[in-house]
Formats: sequence, structure tokens, C-alpha cells
Amino acid sequence: MLKLVAKSPAEGLVPIAVGAMELNEVVPAAITSIACYHGQSAALSAALKEHHGMALPKTGQATGRAGARAIWAGPSVFLVGPEPDADLSNHAAIVDQSDSWCVLNLKGADVEAVLARLSSVDMRLKSMKKGQVVRSQLQHMNAIYHRVSDDSFDIYAFRSMAKTMVHDIDRAMRYIASRA
Amino acid sequence: MRLSDYGQIDRGNAVSFRFDGKTYGGFQGDTLASALLANDVRLVARSFKYHRPRGILSAGSEEPSAIVTVGSGVHQDPNVRATVQEIYDGFEANSQNRWPSLKHDLLSVNDLMAPFLSAGFYYKTFMWPRAFWEKLYEPVIRRAAGLGALSEKPNEDTYERAFAHCDVLVIGAGPAGLWAAYQLAQTGLDVILADEDFCMGGRLNSEADQIGGKPAADWAADMVATLDQMDNVRLLTRTTVTGAYDGGTYGAVERVSHHMNDRGGDRPLETFWRIHAKRAVLAAGALERTIGFSNNDRPGIMQAGAVRSYLHRYGVATGKRLVVFGNNDNAFRTANDLSAAGVEVAAYVDARADAAIDGDFPIYRGAHVTDTKGRLGLSSVQISDGGRTHNIAADCLAVSGGWNPTVHMTCHMNGRPTWDETIASFVPTAGSIPGMSVAGSAAGHLSTSACFESAQDIAARVAGDLGKTTPADPLPTAENAAYAIEPLWAVPGKARAWLDYQNDVTVKDIKQAAQENFRSVEHMKRYTTQGMATDQGKNSNVAALAILADATGRGIPDTGTTTFRPPYSPVAIAAMGGEARGTGFAPERFTTSHAVAKDMAAPMIEAGLWYRPSYFPEHGETTWRQSCDREVMMVRENVGVCDVSTLGKIDIQGKDAAKLLDFIYTNMYSTLKVGRVRYGLMLREDGHVMDDGTTARLGENHYVMTTTTAAAGLVMRHLDFVTQCLHPEWDVSFISVTEQWAQFAVAGPRARDLLSNFVEDDISNDAFGFMQCGAMNVMGVAGRLFRISFSGEMGYEVAVPARYGESLFRLLVAKAKELGGGAYGMEALNVLRIEKGFITHAEIHGRTTAFDIGMERMISAKKDCIGKTAAARPGMVDPDRECLVGLKPVGTVKQLTAGAHLFNEGDAATRANDQGYITSVGYSPTLGHFMGLGFLRNGPNRIGEHVKMVDHLRGVEAVCEVIDPVAFDPEGGRLRA
Repeated sequence: MLKLVAKSPAEGLVPIAVGAMELNEVVPAAITSIACYHGQSAALSAALKEHHGMALPKTGQATGRAGARAIWAGPSVFLVGPEPDADLSNHAAIVDQSDSWCVLNLKGADVEAVLARLSSVDMRLKSMKKGQVVRSQLQHMNAIYHRVSDDSFDIYAFRSMAKTMVHDIDRAMRYIASRA
Repeated sequence: MRLSDYGQIDRGNAVSFRFDGKTYGGFQGDTLASALLANDVRLVARSFKYHRPRGILSAGSEEPSAIVTVGSGVHQDPNVRATVQEIYDGFEANSQNRWPSLKHDLLSVNDLMAPFLSAGFYYKTFMWPRAFWEKLYEPVIRRAAGLGALSEKPNEDTYERAFAHCDVLVIGAGPAGLWAAYQLAQTGLDVILADEDFCMGGRLNSEADQIGGKPAADWAADMVATLDQMDNVRLLTRTTVTGAYDGGTYGAVERVSHHMNDRGGDRPLETFWRIHAKRAVLAAGALERTIGFSNNDRPGIMQAGAVRSYLHRYGVATGKRLVVFGNNDNAFRTANDLSAAGVEVAAYVDARADAAIDGDFPIYRGAHVTDTKGRLGLSSVQISDGGRTHNIAADCLAVSGGWNPTVHMTCHMNGRPTWDETIASFVPTAGSIPGMSVAGSAAGHLSTSACFESAQDIAARVAGDLGKTTPADPLPTAENAAYAIEPLWAVPGKARAWLDYQNDVTVKDIKQAAQENFRSVEHMKRYTTQGMATDQGKNSNVAALAILADATGRGIPDTGTTTFRPPYSPVAIAAMGGEARGTGFAPERFTTSHAVAKDMAAPMIEAGLWYRPSYFPEHGETTWRQSCDREVMMVRENVGVCDVSTLGKIDIQGKDAAKLLDFIYTNMYSTLKVGRVRYGLMLREDGHVMDDGTTARLGENHYVMTTTTAAAGLVMRHLDFVTQCLHPEWDVSFISVTEQWAQFAVAGPRARDLLSNFVEDDISNDAFGFMQCGAMNVMGVAGRLFRISFSGEMGYEVAVPARYGESLFRLLVAKAKELGGGAYGMEALNVLRIEKGFITHAEIHGRTTAFDIGMERMISAKKDCIGKTAAARPGMVDPDRECLVGLKPVGTVKQLTAGAHLFNEGDAATRANDQGYITSVGYSPTLGHFMGLGFLRNGPNRIGEHVKMVDHLRGVEAVCEVIDPVAFDPEGGRLRA
């Protein structure tokens, strides 16, 4: 029988390194939207803790660690990494989003300056701490920004817009590098 | 003329540049203006209206006269102020608004016509005949009066937009700005210090003063170096803060590479900043104003302060023989400094009879300059001194009418400045911009010492607001000379006395406006064009309104100012647009099959932000119609594959999911069985159709809705509104899964044959009938299958996670080809659905109702839904409304066009006779003729009638027969096969 071949959202577009910055694709094993049913947040948080080792994140926050995180994503929370335990669906609407998002890691000394060209939100390192999450824009598209380390952010945008996403970040990186 | 002992230019770095084709030398650190003056070039421009010879008036961004075009070809940059533009090796600029040359400008004939061209001339003269204005007068006037021109080629420069955030934005880096920034920075607050100049320091770089025992410019440089070392300070040079906006947001434009030779590459030309600051300190300084006297616009007549700038900052003597004319002690500094530099001061003319000054040059107290001479540059000055007249040879006349605090930004939110009698100027009104304080001479403190004091005070207050305490360092010692101004706006005289140099407005024009009853300052401005040029009248507005006040017998405070609006100085539209042009205007959305379709040479059309293939040309096909016709027949007779992933897909879950669907759709979804799909119609609150699509029930509390491609975002917003505002109590959540699933339509009599290569489950009609859906193993991948059809043929839509989309499409098309089928694009999809009378947003365009599209019975009587009540209003179900019909041409003209209107056969094709319009057309190879869908008055009852289609725009007229919109397989047997 024929076999389907998988392709990642940013395949062929990254990695890119410009000046002090690099842009790499992150391909989580799974991304799952968890939208809590009415009155279930405590139970959901407990279930998340029990099955995946992290509490339900508060607004603008992420919990867990690399490989198994829960990040606030606006109306719902995204479980990034593990396949969701079936128990979660007792407390929340569970929707597979693994193929919906292009996730890129932006890393380097000029990360603040690059982000300042993509979004109006204050993501200076002194303002946005590790583990904080922001839903904002990336030029003209929706994006989720998650600061994952001292000098890097995971950025989520729609898969179909991956080319524009990479283009916009690449251009911002080149603008910054040109001023060095 | 360059003076060896003066200036802060880099003499080790000589640069060569060209102006009007001639090569000159200058130094790094020169502006075009300073370098031209160093080369004794005084004539640099022609004025806007009268083509008067003009020189350099100022040394800053307020320059009204020395406006040039920089570069050529696509990089041509018109209306650049020579006083701001830095030179570099290879720099090239040209004068503008002259022909054939700056010295011999034929249109200077306008100047001789001046008696006829006074204020209001256009309004009075070009009133009639009416049509002549647009066709004749305006083009001629525009050609005669103008500034620089663009290249008319696409702009190849790059512009960037960026955001910045800080605790305090300090605007202006003169003494007040530097000191305020230093005080604030020491508290640990994040400070952005922005200055429009390429060298911070403001007037400190232009005066002979000492600060704290150091030359002022050195003190400024040391302070800038100190600030630069601080982590919490960001210095933005060449950055003009252009406007104050809501919520502590400021616009600023940074000239990133206008001063560099290697323009292009990755470096933007300009960056447009949006700076968000908790507090702002405006330390923008003050601008020197001129005095209106006869022929006060000749090249060589300059601001007194600018003459000092050229001396101290650039080491340039602006003339060999100087006359200074002023009404304040500040003007006297110019005479003193130039005299000290060895320039001959032929006269110091002070309007004040009691001026307490002394110098070793001729001083005229209580005297005025009354006229000047010199065609292309000043040659002599006429002085009136208590009834006696002197003519004094001079090539430079330095004028100071006093200083206007730069209040502009404080007025950007409709604030008005306050008149301060002691300095005869407007000063900012406190609280005009929330969060902004004003320090230094911008607040009316006109000595360096007073500037420091004010900056110290403002910084302490701003820091206090933000919970910090400034160190209150001892203030640097600085000059604290008296200003002692006595207002003088205009000197009476016979010849024209200029106020607005850029728009050629004279004292007489202002008086005439008052005489003709344009007494309001806003009316005067528009009647005379005072302050309406690119410099916005920075050195002339106050004098103009003072003269208006005098002419109308009011005081200056009563007369008031015109409205100050952003930007403070000109900003290229390109800078505000930044990267948002061409493909940067909006994101491009690509389906997973995009690359495969491109490989198949499919031309793309845009649907929303998506790119979708129009058709897939085969060898030998030369027109799109050939490909389209083939693809239609392929689907009708065999099998076709089409990427339909762009349709909106919304996953809806929760115990109230069915309630939500029943409420937003006209028909019932709570009764839909699990594993089934239903077509639904959604209305707006006003009863018109919002969107349509199919929704599948995957589980008891789990639905997947599809929307049209175009309305996906709209429907999502609608769902948000309903669940957040109308029924927040419903336990239901939804999320877009449009991106998650790659979905392909497989349609045609052999669709099942094709699909059976990809799925192991039984998909026969009995096992998986029409409008069934469910999870499906697609080649080992967890997918979904829907038995729906938009073509009228046996149809499936197969969905797999997007990562497999490209692979599945490639395989589906390859297998389809083996069966004699293939891929089909939007053109064929459109023809297929027109043949079946299926609607798209061409039909549900926002003004049609369920009744209009023949779906009024879909509004369930058993329940309420959004739009139901409004849709039942009598006018919405009037049989005489324009309703959906099919059309086919039956006359000699066989073509139909979308957008054409319908008329009764015997009627004239006029608006009053309009019977309807056509929304969609296509040539149907199945039916062998063009077919259209459209809306016709009382349409459903007129099947078989003939109507006339008239396309006024394209000039097409055709006789049509009204037919059932479902022209092909009306029983629907094929899609259930």
C-alpha cells in the first residue's frame, strides 16, 4: 500500500542564521487545545498535574518544562509535547492542533530588537520573564509568543502562513544585523 | 567661508559632493547647508509660488527655503531640507522648482505678476467656467508652482517599522533634555532620549558658552557619552518625535541611512517608531522667528541663531560683511560672536531704543532694517535710524525677532498654548498631553541656566510619579543672560515683506485677509496659505497671527493659534507604511498542496489571503477555458481532485454545542444524528444571509462546522459574540481547525474507485451514504471522511492532518490520472456549482435573504434563531423581490457577464426599468452554453420568460431565458449514486 509522507510546517524555510540571531523550527510531538468546561478548572488542573506533571497555567503564563508544557493560548490552553491523556476530556474540550501551528524558536542576543519589529507588545527581557506567554501579532498575522529561555522565544503562527512568518522574522533579523 | 579655529566638523575626513552638477568639498559632520555656505553658495532654491531666489534661513529642521532633491532615479528624494541632510562622499543634490536653472528661472516671471497673485487670487480668478478648474487652471497652476518631484518609479528603498517601550521618553537632547535624561536615568528608570539631529546637544553645539567650566559642546558630548554607558538609557539620534498620541504613544521617524553612501541592502532607509512611554519630557527647545520687512527673503538673510550655529558648529562664516537686526539681547550675541571670529560686523541694528549693549562695531538703537538689495543674493541693507536712512553694503543679514518655544507636540491632542507676555511668545499649557511634561526653552525658559533648572525640576517630578527619587545633582554652571525682548513683528515698508518663505505669504497678504473678513486665524491660514507648506510655518506663524491680531484690533491671546497637528516635521508615507507593501501588505496563506499545484503549472488566484489554483493546464491547452472545460467534463464523466482546505473548519464541543448550532443556523442541528452531515444557513441579526456550509456531527457533543473560505473569520467572530455576549452561560467551546486538516474533494462517477485505493473501510453507498461522515483510516493515518458534494457528482471530502496534505494530494492526483481523471481548480469548481445552482458569496453577498435564494423553508418554524424575526418582515418576503434564477442566452449573443443587469425585453436599459442582476456566470461544457445565476424580480415565477441582459460597463447585451437555477441533474441522483 501507498504511504503518506509527513512534512513539517517550516520545512525548507529554516534554519536561518543572521548576525547574532538564529531561527529554528520546533516540531512538538503534539499540540492539543484544552478548553475547560464550566466549573471544571480545579479538576482539570489536577488531571493535568496527575497525567502530565504540570498545573493549568494562568493567563499569560506557561507551566511544565521543555518537552511537556502547558501554555496559555487565549480561549484555551495548549498542551505542547505529550499526547493528551484521555481523562482530560472529562473536564475539557480536547482538540488536536498539532498540525495547525508553525512553531519557530527565535534565539540570540538581539532577540528584543527583533521582537520589537514584529509586535507592539513590550517583550523586552526585563518586562517578559521566562515562562510568560503573549498573544499578539507578528506583523499582520496572529501569533503566540512564549519566552522559553534567557535569550529565546517560541513563536506560534498559523501553518498556512509559515512562509510569510519566516519572511517577516528573517527580514527583521536582517534589519537588525545591518545596523551592527 | 570656512574658519579654521571654529567648528566641530571632522576636518580629517574631507568629502566631495555635487550640487546642481557642480562638485564641492566639505567635511564629515557637515550638513548640505553648512557645506554650501562654506563654499560661499548662497542661492540654493526658488520659492514655491513666485520663484523668488532663496537661500538658507536656518540651521535646523524648521528650514522653509533651502529645500532640495537628493539623489536621482528610483532613489530620488524630493523636498529634503538642506539644513538637516548630512553630506557624504559621493552625495548628490539638485535644486528644484526652477527651469532651466537656478540662476535663470523662467517662471520667476511669476514674481512680476505678484500684484495680481495676492492672497485669494485663485479663489477670485478661477471661479468660472466651472469645468476649467479641473481641466485647465489646476494643472497649469500646479505646474507653475511646486516643489520637488518623485521619480514616478516604484520605490526600491526599504522602510522599517518598530516599537519601543520605556518609562520615560525625553524628546530633544539640548541642555534640558540631556540634564533631564541624566537625572532620570540615575534613578534606574528606562529612558529613551530622542533627538532629530545627528549630533546631540541642541543649542549647546551652536554657542560660545561655557558649561561647568567646559566649552558647551564638550560638556554635551561628555554627557552623551555618560548616558551612552548606562544600560537603562537608549539614545536615538536622527530621530524626530513626530506626534503625541493616545495612551502615551509617540510616533518617531529615524533617518537610518540617509547619511550613508551605500544605500540599499538590508539596511532600512528610515524606521518609523511607535514609542510607548509611561511619561514623556518634551525638551524640544525653541525656534527663532524672523521679522517682516521689505525684501527680507534674499539669499544671505538668515536667522541670527543660525548664523551662530554655522560659526560654532560648522566653522563657517555665513558672509564677509555682516549686519545683525534684532529686538532682543540674544541677537546681540551673533554680532559679538562673529566679530570675535574676525568677521566684519557692518552694523548691529536693534529695534529697542534702550538696548543695553556695547560692542566695537556700529550699533543703531531704536532702528529698523527697512529694505534690502541684491538679486540673487544680498548686497546691501537699508537702515532707518530715527528718520535717517543708511545704505550699508553687506552679504549676510542675521535677524532675530525672538524665540518661539516648540509647543507643537503639546497641542497634538487639541490643546492650545498660552500667551506669555514676558517673552512675547506662546508657551505650553500644562496638562495638554497626559503624561507629558515640558522642560527647558520649550517651556519658555530662555537661558541655559534656566533650562537646567527646569529640567532638574521636571525630572524630579516625573521620577516621583513613577516612584523614584532623582539625585538632584548640583546644576552645571551656565549662562543666565537676560533675554529682554521687545516685540517686533513687521517693519512698515513699500515692498513685500515675507512671512512664510516657503508658501510666499507676505505681511500684506495677512492684512488683506483681515480686510476681506477672513479674521479667524484658521480662515486667514487657508485664505493666504500661511503655514501650510512642508515647514508648517515654524518661523512665521506667530508673527502672522500677531499681524492678524493687529489688523483686526484684537490681542494675540484672543486671536489664538491655528491647530498644530502631527507630524512635527515631514514624514515619508513610505516610512509609515514600512514593510507593508507588495506581498508585505498581508500574509500569504498557502495550502499544503501549493507546491504540487505550482509544479503542475497551475496559475493561482487569491481567495481571501489564500492562494488557490485556477486550473491545471495540460499539454496543448492555450487558454484557461480549454483547461476549465476539460476539468469540468473530467469531473462529470470520471473523477477530479480539488484542495478544499481553505474552507473554514471550526471544532465545536460541549454539552450546549447543539444549542449553539440551533441558535446560529436557521435549521436544526440538535436532531442531526452522529455520523451525519447537514447543510446549514446562517443569518445576520438583520435577517440577511451571513454564510452557509455543512456541519458534521462527530459525537454527542462534538460538531465540526465548515464555513466558506471568505467568511471563516467572520463566522468565528460571530460565534465569539454569541457565546460571550448573548449566551455566556452555555457550556460550549470552539476552536479553528482550518489549519489542522488538509481536506480534498474527490468528485465524479469514479470517486469511490479512486478513494478505495486510500481507505480500507467499506465506502459503498450502503455503508457510507450521502451526507454521512466519520473518522477514517487513510493509508494508516487517522483521517476523516465526509460524503458531501459541491459539484453535483458522487463526492467525498477526505481530510488528513495537514502534515500529510501534500503527500496525499500528490497521490490522489496520480491515482486519479490512472483512472482518466486528475486535479481541478477554482474555474472548474465554479462552473460545476453554477450548473447545480449552488450558491457562493457571489450570491450571498450581504444583501440577499433566505427568501431571495429560495431557502426560506430552511428557517425552522420549531425554534428561534438569529435573524429569524428580521427575516420575517413583510419586505423581506415580498414576492416582487429579486430572487435567485438561472439564465441561459438564447439570442445571437451567446455570452453572459457577471455584474450585468436584467431588463424586460421591450424596456430601455435604464435604472428605473431594472429587473435584477447577474452574480455568477460560466460556460457549461455539460450543457453546451453559457449559464448564469442571478437575481430577478419575482424570478421563480418567471421561468421560461425572456429577459434582456445589459452589461453597460463591458458593452454586452444578450437575450436570456429564465431557467431553474438547478440546471443539471435536478433530481440529484448523481450525488447519491
